[in-house]
Amino acid sequence: MTSFAPYIVFLPFIGFLVLGLFGSRIKSEKLIGIIGSGVVGVSFAIAMAIFVQMVGEEPHARKHVVELFTWISAFTGTASSIHVVVAYQVDQLSILMTLIVTGVGFLIHVYSIGYMHGDAGFWRFFAYLNLFIFAMLNLVLADNFLLMFLGWEGVGLCSYLLIGFWYDRKFDVGGYAAGTATTNDAARKAFIVNRIGDFGFILAMLLIFHTFGSLRFDSVFNGAELMSIGNQAAFWITLLLFVGATGKSAQIPLFVWLPDAMAGPTPVSALIHAATMVTAGVYMVARCSILFALAPTTLQVVAIIGALTAIVAASIGLVQNDIKKILAYSTVSQLGYMFLALGVAAFSAGIFHLTTHAFFKALLFLGSGAVIHAMHDEQDIQKMGGLKKYLPTTYKTFLIGAIAIAGIFPFAGFFSKDEILWKAFSSEHGSVVMWAIGVIGAGLTAFYMFRLVILTFEGTFRFGEEVHPHEAPKTMTVPLIILAFLSLVGGFIGVPKSFFGNNMIEHWLAPVFEPASTKLLLIEEGVHATEYVLMALSLGIAAAGIYGAWKVYTKRPDIAESLRNKYTKVYSLLLNKYFVDEVYDKTVVGPTVKLSEKLLWKGFDVAVIDGALNGMASLVSVTALWFRKIQTGIAQTYAVVFVGGIVFVLAWLILK
Amino acid sequence: MIEQYYPIFVMIAGGVVFGVLMGKVNEFLGPSRPTEEKSSTYESGMEPIKTARERFSIKFYMVAMLFIIFDIEVVFLYPWAVSYKQLGIQGFVTMFVFIAVLLVGYIYVWRKGALEWD
Amino acid sequence: MSLNIADFVSSSPLMAVTATALLLILVEASRKGRPGLSFTLSMAGLFAASVFAVVNYSDEQIVFFGMLRQGWYANFLNLVFLSAAMLTVLVSKPYLERQGAHRGEYYILILFATIGMMFMAGANDLIVVFLGIELMSLCLYVLAGFFRTKDTSNESALKYFLLGAFATGFLLYGITLIYGTAGTTNLEAISKNLPTLSSQWMFMVGVGLLLTAFAFKVAAVPFHMWAPDVYEGAPTTVTAFMSTGAKAAAFATFVLLFHQVFQFTGSKVNDLIAYIAAASMVLGNVIAIAQANIKRMLAYSSIAHAGYMLSGIAAGNSEGQTGILFYLVAYTLMNVGAFGIVGLMEKVDDQNLQLDDYTGLSQQRPFLAALMAIFMFSLAGVPPFAGFFGKYYVFLSAVKADMTWLAVVGVMTSLVSAYYYLRIVVLMYFRDGKGDVAAQPAIPALVAVTSSAILLLQFGIFPSFIVNAVQKLF
Repeated sequence: MTSFAPYIVFLPFIGFLVLGLFGSRIKSEKLIGIIGSGVVGVSFAIAMAIFVQMVGEEPHARKHVVELFTWISAFTGTASSIHVVVAYQVDQLSILMTLIVTGVGFLIHVYSIGYMHGDAGFWRFFAYLNLFIFAMLNLVLADNFLLMFLGWEGVGLCSYLLIGFWYDRKFDVGGYAAGTATTNDAARKAFIVNRIGDFGFILAMLLIFHTFGSLRFDSVFNGAELMSIGNQAAFWITLLLFVGATGKSAQIPLFVWLPDAMAGPTPVSALIHAATMVTAGVYMVARCSILFALAPTTLQVVAIIGALTAIVAASIGLVQNDIKKILAYSTVSQLGYMFLALGVAAFSAGIFHLTTHAFFKALLFLGSGAVIHAMHDEQDIQKMGGLKKYLPTTYKTFLIGAIAIAGIFPFAGFFSKDEILWKAFSSEHGSVVMWAIGVIGAGLTAFYMFRLVILTFEGTFRFGEEVHPHEAPKTMTVPLIILAFLSLVGGFIGVPKSFFGNNMIEHWLAPVFEPASTKLLLIEEGVHATEYVLMALSLGIAAAGIYGAWKVYTKRPDIAESLRNKYTKVYSLLLNKYFVDEVYDKTVVGPTVKLSEKLLWKGFDVAVIDGALNGMASLVSVTALWFRKIQTGIAQTYAVVFVGGIVFVLAWLILK
Repeated sequence: MIEQYYPIFVMIAGGVVFGVLMGKVNEFLGPSRPTEEKSSTYESGMEPIKTARERFSIKFYMVAMLFIIFDIEVVFLYPWAVSYKQLGIQGFVTMFVFIAVLLVGYIYVWRKGALEWD
Repeated sequence: MSLNIADFVSSSPLMAVTATALLLILVEASRKGRPGLSFTLSMAGLFAASVFAVVNYSDEQIVFFGMLRQGWYANFLNLVFLSAAMLTVLVSKPYLERQGAHRGEYYILILFATIGMMFMAGANDLIVVFLGIELMSLCLYVLAGFFRTKDTSNESALKYFLLGAFATGFLLYGITLIYGTAGTTNLEAISKNLPTLSSQWMFMVGVGLLLTAFAFKVAAVPFHMWAPDVYEGAPTTVTAFMSTGAKAAAFATFVLLFHQVFQFTGSKVNDLIAYIAAASMVLGNVIAIAQANIKRMLAYSSIAHAGYMLSGIAAGNSEGQTGILFYLVAYTLMNVGAFGIVGLMEKVDDQNLQLDDYTGLSQQRPFLAALMAIFMFSLAGVPPFAGFFGKYYVFLSAVKADMTWLAVVGVMTSLVSAYYYLRIVVLMYFRDGKGDVAAQPAIPALVAVTSSAILLLQFGIFPSFIVNAVQKLF
């Protein structure tokens, strides 16, 4: 069955080809929708079948590599030998990712049929989505760094295309003056910021090839197992890889693109900028766990960046008013949690949170899509309110998502987040400070999520009479219900020992992370009394957050008002996202533009390059003129030159 | 080394002497009654001194080319005929193929009318 | 020594093309004015020969009394020649029809030229090399002058013939000198005695004369003078065939002689070749910039490409051989493609041959413009097209042979070349056209250029397909 793995990858590509080539001729939206979501659905079915088969196998025999063809192969046996094989690796980690990508992806495809109804670019949208799934599957199923990088770039490209899908719409992009930017600028910003991260990835790849002489996961990781902790090369490789991860997964300092990526259609935000693509960095670090295990310093960096991102993004989320931007900051924050988990060497906890997050964040985004749909493209929650009357299904599912992300027992987020917090506390790579940051972040999360829920669904209407909200069609609500169900029960795959579970996901992933755990001498701990105390504490803080939101936004709106007035500085700091965009603009973007304009363009380009080029050009024309004199068109002249050549050749051969 | 070539030198010397001798003998013994036509370079009446940039009919070239091509054939055929016995059936087949290929060309030339003067 | 069936079987591609050519002569003799039939038959024959070449892609064996060497090397190149011939035939039919010169003899000449090329690649004797070169060249002289009523075509043919005959003289003299010192024209025998031979200056003069003759055939500086005039004047499709098939054949023999027989790696001979290569790259690329006629521009570009490939010869290592052979495949595809499109664009009386005529092509003929852009990108050596890997391999080989300077010259001149290749792309895509581009897309020609483009992309993305096939050769 595992030999069918390539079909998982190629079916969406076929969908892309069909829709991309003939999409504009297919008149029926229904047919386009069926093709677009059908291929992903079939991919999911195949992935499921493979998964079922793997369950029946020995834990250590669950890794399968399917070789397709040799991509680049040259000079075998010489020092310059290059050998790159297109091969897919199916193991516990990659099949899990595949299930998430195709499963959640399928639901979002179905949802999009309703959401994108009537859009002029309907076929284009589905073609891009299929292409994205193809690229993402290449990323997670690749068995070498090069193919993974190809997928990595591919998802970046699709992200770019989809953020700017409505390329002519106005959109406020951070760093641009209000009203001047379009979605296109948002797309470009995402692309450019990602390029910085990609640069790290490329350098890491070169370094890996230099160190291990191969780009295949097997050879690299086997080689890494033989190294000792603190290896210099491993440090640089992992650091560079992490730079790549901060770009794709929107971590400090490269997180600025993700909130602006909300310019894309909402299903895109759900699929790419919440459930799948942005978690690529997490997946990549988890995949390279053995390399990171060799570099405790990098792990430290990962943990610190993760924790910082978690709390910074959560604090920004407190005061935003755009429904999607709140969710975007929430995503950045949750990704921070995942990196925190990875940083304290709790790799499976990170992947666990990735999984549950895919469920509830996709749910929240799709729910917000339904709201936006109902409100005729209004995204400001200040102008909503009381929507639960009009959108009962959306409201219920959204509420489930919010409870899940707030981390209330027994919803999915509770188990995964608590696993991370406990590991941050107990692991020798973690610390109390990190735990504390995580808990505070959790409280903030609960607060801003319920602020969002209350302002949107509860209270009185704050919209004009011309708006008549209506519940979304079936194609949109059914995915919501399924995702809500998953958000409700998704956590049970990782019930820890302290809850008398056996943490299935950790056991499932254990063989993948075994080399890293062995290297770091991680020991499986038993049930700990402290764990219950901490759990109760974080649960209490989350509940407090919810209560606070309820109190402030339903009973005492004056509290919010007075706080805002009292702490104007803080408020404006948060509202303006710590002025990160402005700081980047002043310190990086501005000087770069200045430098390139003044020095590189006017100075280097115009004076040196153009000068050299013009010089070259006149040299060329002089030479050409000279040669035109020889190129007389008379055959005898040619023969004379020929003879001259012969004389030179013979003289060289005889006299030299 | 050089001795091997004596017969050739003798041959060359003999040839030169014989050629010159014959010419001179003719000059002495033959009657000489020149007329204007007889004194011209070509008795056929062709004018030898005029502009060299004259156009010839392509027909002359065609004939000359075809002659050379089919004449070369003889150059191959002659040694083959001499050693026919030694070459045996293999030689026969080889030459047969050669002639057949040539024949194809001949048919082409013929059908295209290259052998007709007008 | 005797003939047997195996000799014929192993050289079946050669036999197939020869038989087709003879058949075509008879067809032409029996029925007047049925060039369509000749077209079909020649395609069939070339295709059959390609199939034979694939089937016979196996161990090398010496056949026909030590005259021919058939196997991997010969058949790899046979496939290149046959593809060049097939693509040329495909683009030629509509072109000739439009130019009012569609005659069956055209295909016969193409086939015989192909036979000559196949002899060159499969030669195991200098005499066969000479025969192949002459057979190929004579056909090409006639083909260059195929438009009998056109002055430019006649000029092209005459110049090519005069200078070609000149070069042939030196080639023959070189062979004579080698025969005089080695006592044999058999390549294996020469290879065996090489250590003693290469110290004799007479032998080296022979080698030098061979070098000049082949440098002439591939149009390398300073033996390149004929190329621009001939390429410009000849019918466009003939130029396509000349610049790919004939060049590939000359390089096939070049590799055969200078890599496998003479093996002067690291000697002054290779230094000399490196200088010729560098001069060709510089001169070809620089002068190409100044051209306004697209055929002439491609002619200079072809001189430059000869220079790139010669770098592989100069390097003299296995990477160089791989590089040249890969390059030949890529170059054949992209040049036939480019000339094919030029042929489609060309109107009667040499109209539409200026670079300016391509202005705004993307608006009127988006498909043709896209294909042309692919060929231009590939010629410029932009990934992911095959042209990139061709350059990559030859430059890599130069670096490995401690000729880094040559690779540097190559890369620099490639950058220069990007200017004139991409200018066409710019003209096609970023300028508004005059609106009277009269390209008449015809099915056979479109099939040819499209498949060239697809193959370029395929070999560019999966170069190992060719590289693996080539690495069997050595």
